[in-house]
Amino acid sequence: MKKTKTVPKEYSILIGGAAGQGSRMAGLVIAKIFNRMGYNIFIHEDYQSLIKGGHNFSQIRASSKKILSHKDEADFILALNEDTIKKHKEKLSKNGTIVFNQDKISFEGGVGVKIETIAKESGGLSIMSNTALIAAFAKIAGIDWRTLEDVLKKEITKGVEKNLEIAKKAYASVESLAKIEKIKNKPKPLLTGNEATALGAAKAGLENYFAYPMTPATGILHYLAGNARELNVAASQLENEISVINAGIGSAFAGKRTMVGTSGGGFALMTEGVSLAAMSETPILIVNSQRSGPATGVPTYGGQSDLLFSLSSGHGDLLRFVAAPGDAEESFYWAGKLLNMAWKYQSPAILLTDKDVSESTFSFDEKILNKVKKEKFSEWSGKGEYKRYLNKANGISPMAFPGQPGAIVKGTSYEHDEYGISTEETADIVKMQEKRLRKFEAMQNEIDKMKEAIEISGNLKSKKAVICWGSAKGAVKEAAEDLGFKVIRPIVIQPFPERQIYEALKGVSKIISIELNSTGQMEYVLNGCGIEADQRILKYDMRPFTAEELKIQLKKA
Amino acid sequence: MEKLDTNCPNTWCPGCGNFGALQAVKGAIEEMIASGTAKENIAVVTDIGCNSKIADYLNVNSFYGLHGRSIPVAEGMKLANPKLQTFVFLGDGAALDEGISHLIHSAKRNSDINVILLNNRVFALTTGQFTAVSPKGLKGKSTPEGSIEDPINPLEILMASNASFISRGYALKVQHLKKLIVESAKHKGFSFVEVLQPCVSFLNNMQFYNEKAYEAVNDDPSSKEKALKLIKEWDYDSEEKVPLGLFYKIQKPSYEELMNKVKTEKEADILECLQKHS
Repeated sequence: MKKTKTVPKEYSILIGGAAGQGSRMAGLVIAKIFNRMGYNIFIHEDYQSLIKGGHNFSQIRASSKKILSHKDEADFILALNEDTIKKHKEKLSKNGTIVFNQDKISFEGGVGVKIETIAKESGGLSIMSNTALIAAFAKIAGIDWRTLEDVLKKEITKGVEKNLEIAKKAYASVESLAKIEKIKNKPKPLLTGNEATALGAAKAGLENYFAYPMTPATGILHYLAGNARELNVAASQLENEISVINAGIGSAFAGKRTMVGTSGGGFALMTEGVSLAAMSETPILIVNSQRSGPATGVPTYGGQSDLLFSLSSGHGDLLRFVAAPGDAEESFYWAGKLLNMAWKYQSPAILLTDKDVSESTFSFDEKILNKVKKEKFSEWSGKGEYKRYLNKANGISPMAFPGQPGAIVKGTSYEHDEYGISTEETADIVKMQEKRLRKFEAMQNEIDKMKEAIEISGNLKSKKAVICWGSAKGAVKEAAEDLGFKVIRPIVIQPFPERQIYEALKGVSKIISIELNSTGQMEYVLNGCGIEADQRILKYDMRPFTAEELKIQLKKA
Repeated sequence: MEKLDTNCPNTWCPGCGNFGALQAVKGAIEEMIASGTAKENIAVVTDIGCNSKIADYLNVNSFYGLHGRSIPVAEGMKLANPKLQTFVFLGDGAALDEGISHLIHSAKRNSDINVILLNNRVFALTTGQFTAVSPKGLKGKSTPEGSIEDPINPLEILMASNASFISRGYALKVQHLKKLIVESAKHKGFSFVEVLQPCVSFLNNMQFYNEKAYEAVNDDPSSKEKALKLIKEWDYDSEEKVPLGLFYKIQKPSYEELMNKVKTEKEADILECLQKHS
């Protein structure tokens, strides 16, 4: 009889190695094994701004319940290099196991597997030693061969037979120390926030995407380029972000639903275009995936320090939609929703995501798919003389596009008359500014009525409420719900859902604000509505929150 | 005849080179419409500067963009609707100072747009400062003792950027310019028409152009060597003769043609993508 440890229905696995060793891909394969066994998945990626060397790791959490954050502790540490053990062994849980690359690492304790030797002896490439590590882990964790084989066959595109041979040898080389059981759940697609954003926008009719590569938004460009045919989207990489936003505006002006994507520094270059979209009333969806700043900051790490910048982006009097999703499903939903709203209101809209939403991997519930579709917008009837900026009561002028017979369509960055001809006349200037103001009012009204503009969760009767936004969602919800706090999370941040926030704060006597920045940017927004936080928990080491660390701090609240 | 004028009062200085350019542009558009181009498929994108007011003066589809950024707007429009005959009108400050990266990359990717550089070789709407093509020593308010920089030759840059159509006209040779614009519109791929024009207020070189500009004969526009010889004849500083005409023209697939290959009429297949993720 094999010795079997008692293990909970939740597992945390940390896999690490130098950049180029393929720890990320190996981590994804392990996540897919758990996914196949019915577990919910969350993967946090920690990697450095380099291509070879350094230290990268993935933290995979698999649970019978829905989870949106990683755990500090690891039940298994899988080490491709020595750094992984050195840096993380303190985080090993009490009954945890370290599985390591015995060809490179000498370590007392844990299970050493000669993964490189196994790969070499089978005549495989050195990268295939990762397959050996995955297989050894599967055996140690008590995962049956069949499940492992199924996943490997699906995930490995080159040298399947060779990899299976290596996996078989590694699987046979170790003993089972645990028995991870299957759960009766249907496997779900595993999606990063970036992939979900691309799919959500595509569902709402996206046709053109423009970008300049910038971490952590680059994944959207890669995904749309890689799935261009399936999604019917042309993904263009242009010379800089200024070109990107202007080409995006040109594409939308000519009638195609368009999105652009970048991170803080690239967004800074785009802001003149935000202003252009507002003046010319051209619909454009901008993904601003935050990373640490100021300036180049710590490029491959996260943070939430571009909130105020996004809310006030673009010169002049203007309003833009800003929404901050907290996971992949919300990225899907809000990418689609914002694209539709950009078209409905002929305005710029910003999907303000961040590294820990963009690049983390989530179990994706397909129920959200039906909530996004391409929605209608105000189109010109085709009758009479066309005026691009017709002075309508709700501020929304029907759209026509160049190429449409009977219409002369004139868009412009200048203040203009109803035809789109430049003006310097006071009456015209006031008329157009007021037309836009009425539109801003309509945008605010839409958000005031929108239930999903905020999320309230946890103990609804609690007098203590936590306010957070964006990627903090997962860890905050888990910690606050365990401790019986109420969680209030604005998702739409401009126009601000003031009415819903006031409603949610009824009966609350203590507000704790939690953000991944050093100045408390959401608090500024709340202050603008006369709401003051009693306590703040701010983190600015550019790593995401975990529920464990938040619980320690919240217990004091 | 199509009405190509708007009711917008023209605010260019009397004698401005832009008038000649506007006349040539209108002539070109009329000719295009007469030979079958639907008026709704003509779109102009303009920049910022005196020249760019042409958006207000032409009764056709237009987008009046930001300074230096008209080229990417046109690229986006052309990608979105390849049927559009997309003209960009911009000045030397826009094309060669503020937005030179867009000019280079647009030529490089062979975007099927027609860039018309209305080149008065000075920032005029900001009351006279040097641009990338101002003669060295130009006295303006920012260079009271004369500019200290040598001008660049934009056509050499375009050759180096693999532009597929390069030409030069003169605002006061309206018929010749009109022909070049019509030719550029017919060209599939990136086309560039430089329009030399005097600025009567800040750099009046009308007499120089009248004397030195001549219609050059190029019997083989596909020759890089011949094109470069013509392009290098005048360096934007000297008193040499200034050749006009079509200097270079080759055929290659356009950016939009290649990018839009993925497009069909079908809707996005989300489920097909999701299958790859489980």
